[in-house]
Amino acid sequence: MSAMTVPTSGSAAATAVRPVPWRKLAWVGWRQHRLALGGAAALLVGMCAWMLVSGLQMRSALSSFGLEHCTPLTASSCTTQETVFINDYYSGAQVVVGVLTVLPILVGVLVGGPMVARELETGTFRLSWTQGCGRTRWLIARLALLAIAVTAGATAVSVIFSWYYHPILQLGQDSPLAPQIFDLQGAAFAGWTLAALAISVCAGALVRRLVPAIVAAVVAWSGLLVAVVFCLRSHYLAPLTGTGLIDPTNGNGQGVPWLLSQWWTQPGGMPASQAEIATLSNQLRQAGGLPTTQAVQQWFAEQGYVKYFTYQPASRFWQFQLIEGGWLLALSVLLGAATILLIRHRAT
Amino acid sequence: MYIIETHGLGKLYRRTWALRDCSLAIPPGSVVALVGHNGAGKTTLLNLLVGLIQPTEGSVSVLGGERAGSPAALDGVGYVAQEAPLYQNLTVGDTLRVIANLNRRWDQGRAEARLAELGIPLNRRVGRMSGGQQAQLALTLALARRPKLLVLDEPLAMLDPLARFDFMEMVMTAASQEGMSVVLSSHVLAELERVADYLVLLSHGRLQVAGTVRGLIAAHHVLSGPVSAVEKLTGRLPAVHVSQGNEEARILVNADLKAGELPEGWRAEPASLEEMVLGYLREPDVSALPEAEEVAV
Repeated sequence: MSAMTVPTSGSAAATAVRPVPWRKLAWVGWRQHRLALGGAAALLVGMCAWMLVSGLQMRSALSSFGLEHCTPLTASSCTTQETVFINDYYSGAQVVVGVLTVLPILVGVLVGGPMVARELETGTFRLSWTQGCGRTRWLIARLALLAIAVTAGATAVSVIFSWYYHPILQLGQDSPLAPQIFDLQGAAFAGWTLAALAISVCAGALVRRLVPAIVAAVVAWSGLLVAVVFCLRSHYLAPLTGTGLIDPTNGNGQGVPWLLSQWWTQPGGMPASQAEIATLSNQLRQAGGLPTTQAVQQWFAEQGYVKYFTYQPASRFWQFQLIEGGWLLALSVLLGAATILLIRHRAT
Repeated sequence: MYIIETHGLGKLYRRTWALRDCSLAIPPGSVVALVGHNGAGKTTLLNLLVGLIQPTEGSVSVLGGERAGSPAALDGVGYVAQEAPLYQNLTVGDTLRVIANLNRRWDQGRAEARLAELGIPLNRRVGRMSGGQQAQLALTLALARRPKLLVLDEPLAMLDPLARFDFMEMVMTAASQEGMSVVLSSHVLAELERVADYLVLLSHGRLQVAGTVRGLIAAHHVLSGPVSAVEKLTGRLPAVHVSQGNEEARILVNADLKAGELPEGWRAEPASLEEMVLGYLREPDVSALPEAEEVAV
């Protein structure tokens, strides 16, 4: 009965109280979120297994088609084989891409949604926030634990995806910067997953009820993704402008560039209209020219027309990854801090 | 040094003051009964004490000057909220482990011994226990932290009469053996009378009565006598509440009575805590508070 060790007088006691160790708080976080973390892990492992199996199939097909050494694609035998290979495997790969695109927000709401919202909804915050550790440390420990777990899982998935999708990039079918796959690789995928977690937790603290918080988080995260893909990402660095043919080997084997826009100019240098180009194409077809890209380019060039395009070279891939991963990390940290402030100051 | 000290404490919710002008100074070792109508501000005051909400105005400190909700305050304050919220999906054993890991001080032996006494097995899922058992578990968690101040919001509401008795017995044992102070809000006046030595009565967010039970009872009397003389008496003595029957009237007065002061046919008796509280609850405009200087000491 004499285990009372805390002095009770004055502010000296405030400095004498040693805080509850992070290790213990992290254990509580693990104990209370292990089901959600397990669910998220099962999702991620399932995805990885799918990509491994289908990636191995793709690789054996690649070698049986003799496409392994077809970079850059110059020999005409390669082109024919490539078409067959892409016909067989590209659509399957797009399903993987589709599922991976929504995986971050799925993991985010599963793991982060209930963290604050369920405590507020069921009233257990009156229990957990009045314990000796205090609500701020309680929250920071949980946020850190979940953020680390989710980032590690997402990194593993993105590494496997990069391996899985490599043959398609190698054949020049997609640019590594292409909107649908850029954010499934490297720092960007981890960043989007972390942001999904932060948005879910913050939505829970704001909305204070689980289901509406999940809806809000899904809407916010998807809106952000759409805005980035359609408006923001192509402006990370000023696009380059080129003329003539797009070189498929552009960037020294790093992959094809990300084409942003293209247009033709008339012999005088003025932009050519769509109708004009269509007329010229018809003339070419009537003249019996082969409708290959090169033949078209040559024919147009002979008429004095020049093709311009803007693009982001594939060599900028890692720069873009760092930029996107970086600002998503910053956003997640800000949202985490906002959640802490919300919970410190505005809760009953 | 006071276990609870508030100065001009107030909490505004949107445009309503849930609590206002609340100044208290309660000595350590007290068992404080907090009473009042529903919505009188009891839970608001308790939430302020444990730092769940921040005051809009004024200040609140516990454990002799620790700001409510600060780490040092949280470390020494045990709290059982209304309806005893617990994680329904955890077992009793896991609940103990979770709460143990959220605290610096924890007495696992004490918690397990008490649960064994109550016949609650550690592998029982919390969601499958009765409301009464959940309340007992919540109290066990709070006591195993060995708090200096135990705050209980409506702890008896979920318990049957026998469990109420045992529950209060347990709180009182802990209080007397360890010098722990207790604040409990309740509607069960009979139970409070048995245990409380300090009374705080709130009405519409204002402090109406505050003081030691002994002092309040010494200062209050119930007069009973014929209805006809009521007006003469209430003009002379500070009456709190008058209840009139067909022939006999009872008057609760806040006054020392001198011999021979009462008219013919009237008698005085000391007020019980229950009668006093009921009298004040019926008369929200009458208050009995210590003088301002007394609080400031």
